[in-house]
Amino acid sequence: MARPINEINAGSMADIAFLLLIFFLVTTTMDIDTGITRKLPPPPPEEMPDIKVKERNIFKVLVNSRDRLMVEGKGGHISLLKEQAKAFLSNPNLLDPNSPEDMPEKRLVNIPLFGGDVWVTKGIISLKNDRGTSYDMYIQVQNELAAAVSELRDELSMDKFGMKFSKLSDNEKIKAIQKAIPMAISEAEPEDIGGR
Amino acid sequence: MAKFRKKGGKKTPGISTASLPDIIFMLLFFFMVTTTMREATVLVRISAPEATQVQKLEKKSLVSFIYIGPPLNTKLGTDSRIQLNDMFADVKDIREFVQLERESKDEADRPFLTTSLKVDKETRMGIVTDVKQELRQVGAFKINYSTKKKAIVQK
Repeated sequence: MARPINEINAGSMADIAFLLLIFFLVTTTMDIDTGITRKLPPPPPEEMPDIKVKERNIFKVLVNSRDRLMVEGKGGHISLLKEQAKAFLSNPNLLDPNSPEDMPEKRLVNIPLFGGDVWVTKGIISLKNDRGTSYDMYIQVQNELAAAVSELRDELSMDKFGMKFSKLSDNEKIKAIQKAIPMAISEAEPEDIGGR
Repeated sequence: MAKFRKKGGKKTPGISTASLPDIIFMLLFFFMVTTTMREATVLVRISAPEATQVQKLEKKSLVSFIYIGPPLNTKLGTDSRIQLNDMFADVKDIREFVQLERESKDEADRPFLTTSLKVDKETRMGIVTDVKQELRQVGAFKINYSTKKKAIVQK
């Protein structure tokens, strides 16, 4: 007569499964990808008329191959860039159609939340870089310019709605702020393609 | 019958733990399925630049990655190269890459496709500009410069 077969002890099975579980928990990187989101402009049509923009409406930022900055025709520094950009884009009085001589012009935009028509700055930040510029510098510049816009938006949002722009949840309000302070960063067409 | 009764006694039987492994396995499978392991093996060295104005990348399934950086294998030189999927590529391969990515996604999701540029900070802008121009040509307008979040220093 055969001996009764002992049941295999399955108690340690749980431990083995736990080990596997912990292994997976540790090895899978749950890193959240973060970055600066930008929208590229569509390719220009074959014959594009040159759009004339007045000198006073452009804030020129040039980065050369040595990672040196030129802001509005003068040498600049990354630590000052944000304040300069903020000063250029700032628009303290939305209802005033006139702006000082050295500031960009304004245009009329209809934002119902701010009581109808308001005057929004026409200022455009023009960013141009060399093919030899390092990516790090490029990102720093992009970051400073984005920071300038977001700080201005925060200030306006604080003023109008009493909370920071990033904390706003109402889509209407977000749209209104975005309209009042547009993120106008234009990247110049790279001048030479080819010839590395 | 008497024999058995003697052995059994009056002990309460222990709770069966036989189903415990199954529960744990279920947890395990859940984690295995939900965590995305789709990341390609990176052939280039990438140390992302830092920035303060970062946004989270939403909908990871709709993001395609382009890696640009110096090859890990130093025999291939120190110049930055482009990597698509699992191999080195050229600027002109991006067109096909984007097309394939677009094809593999659901029709309704296609406008939301984002291209994430994972670029080493030492890279020169020339190659990045070429890639951006190519992306413009194929109509992949939404891009994301992958950066690490830097703590904001209070002044």
